[in-house]
Amino acid sequence: MALSLVPCGQFKTTYASDTTLFATPLSRNLVIAGVILLALVPLKIGGVAPVSDYVIALLIQIGYLGIAALGLNILVGFTGQISLGHSAFFGFGAFASAWLGNTFGIPVFFTIPLAGILTTAVGMIVGIPAARIKGLYLAIATLASQFILQDFFARAEWFTGGSSGSIAEPFSLFGLTLAGDRQYFYVVLAYVVIMYLFASNMLRTRDGRALVAVRDHYLSAEVMGINLTKYRILSFGISSFYAGVGGALFAHYLQYVSIEGFDILLSIQFLAMIIIGGLGSVMGSLLGTIFMVLLPEVMEALIGALQSTSWGNVPAVTDGLAYLKEAAIGLAIVLFLIFEPDGLAHRWRLIKAYWKLYPFSF
Amino acid sequence: MKLEFLMQLVVNGLILGTLYGVVAMCFTLIYKASQIVNFAQGEFLLIGAWVCWWILTSFPVPFYAGFLLTLAFMMVFGILLQVLVLRPMIGEPVIAVIMVTIGLSIFFQAMMKWLFGVFVQPFPPIFESSAVSVMGLNVQPIYLLSVVISICIMVAFALFFKYSRLGLAMRATAFDQQVAQSLGISVKQMFALSWAISAMVSALAGVVVGIVNGVSAALSFFGIKVFPAVILGGLDSIIGAVVGGLIIGLLENLAEYVDGQWLHLGNLYQVVPFYVLVVILMVRPYGLFGTAKIERV
Repeated sequence: MALSLVPCGQFKTTYASDTTLFATPLSRNLVIAGVILLALVPLKIGGVAPVSDYVIALLIQIGYLGIAALGLNILVGFTGQISLGHSAFFGFGAFASAWLGNTFGIPVFFTIPLAGILTTAVGMIVGIPAARIKGLYLAIATLASQFILQDFFARAEWFTGGSSGSIAEPFSLFGLTLAGDRQYFYVVLAYVVIMYLFASNMLRTRDGRALVAVRDHYLSAEVMGINLTKYRILSFGISSFYAGVGGALFAHYLQYVSIEGFDILLSIQFLAMIIIGGLGSVMGSLLGTIFMVLLPEVMEALIGALQSTSWGNVPAVTDGLAYLKEAAIGLAIVLFLIFEPDGLAHRWRLIKAYWKLYPFSF
Repeated sequence: MKLEFLMQLVVNGLILGTLYGVVAMCFTLIYKASQIVNFAQGEFLLIGAWVCWWILTSFPVPFYAGFLLTLAFMMVFGILLQVLVLRPMIGEPVIAVIMVTIGLSIFFQAMMKWLFGVFVQPFPPIFESSAVSVMGLNVQPIYLLSVVISICIMVAFALFFKYSRLGLAMRATAFDQQVAQSLGISVKQMFALSWAISAMVSALAGVVVGIVNGVSAALSFFGIKVFPAVILGGLDSIIGAVVGGLIIGLLENLAEYVDGQWLHLGNLYQVVPFYVLVVILMVRPYGLFGTAKIERV
């Protein structure tokens, strides 16, 4: 066996092998192994849990945020439509799932995809301006829709429970109720696998390639027979479906949805995830989500270290340290855009390319 | 009684509108010069107000000295921001430029909360704050002053762009960057200058609002409220920004009146500008005075 694990060159002879999901059997096997490994994470060995509850909670968070971030990446990274209102869809999905369960008594197993479909409808309505405007103007239009939807959450008490919020039932399937994070973890994992596989496959179909064509050159795309309005609104629909499912998973994880939290800051965090991860990269969405979830944890550790030094006694420094976490988000966005505009996915590709040609890199 | 209340709201709307107009003008200035949509415009107000507040409360200086120091600080701040952060972004796609200003906005907002806290801090009193009666309506003197200052700024902008050499150079840069460069204008300097002017004038607006309402993180919301105004006026028109600001200011107050009298929905005035924004974008995306780009979308 050669030193490198990946063949160093392009040996593709058919279009099918060019658009295949996994470039080599090895990469496919690695992904399968990774999923199996994750599935083993919540297991307890002889009553002792090797992985703490805290890590499980972080992984669940990465899961539902990662699904929503992937949706935003389909819209922004693959179709080139800028949306500043993603968290409103995420929130809509959360409320829709809780509402469907509470009002109609639908089991949670079905409310999650149904919430996704309801959010798709809302997303397509919000996406209508995309038929006429693009770029900057679209960004401002989606910013407006963020505020309008947030206002709707505060007003529609029948839907969201108003300022007292609404209760979401725990996940159940045929009378079997999942208890605790360790069991809910499998629900999130299953959704992450399904949604990521669906997105990767969708991008290989005609519709997926049409989305990329709309991003790259909308005039050429139209000349080639792609209906711009249809695909722009479709992209909003798919993106909000992902946001809705992510929001529903979030709702049934916390089992309570409050009208606060689905604000512009969360929308910006979603955008930060896909920019840090890499625009137009499916795996990048997940990498960016991991980065954004771990960033506050790292900041927390740094703050803890700071407080144990002599600086910890200065009240002016310690009082508002929570805001440093918020500042770190902004700083991360700015620094990534200046120094690594293609995101972590690009860095990952560079690392792979380096090892592909390892001893003789020329 | 109701009519009087309505008149009061109209006057308040016009006063608020002139402030929106000034901020919108700063926003448009940056957009015209460097094609950057500045989502951190509200943070300029916030930083200006906090710096001025800090100087006035920490050092025994008179108001005008503190104010001039603030302006000097904001000029340096604007130039540094342009050189360090925005210059590397020249030629990047729209999304990157938008995100970098959003990132700056989050960063500065959090830093200001860290440095100065989250509570509203009142400015040291500058005028005896007895309300002045103008035609039977109660108006705070600082509001009157803010209108006068705003109008002065607008006139100064007009004169600067029309008669000064630098203003001409900036107009040339906005018109065509390559042509401007070939005529010996440093486009980079013009970009930095536009950011410096914008930061200074925004800080001035921030100080005025701070004197009236106290300084707090809520000031940065001006930066978001400015979008309906600039889109209504047209993104690349300075006159449009002023007119748009006035209309949005009036609209907000009238929405409050209609809401209070008939609809009783509560908080309507905060959302109405955004509904207007969506309608304008659908019907006439280039606004009232903006350049209509003829392109098939």
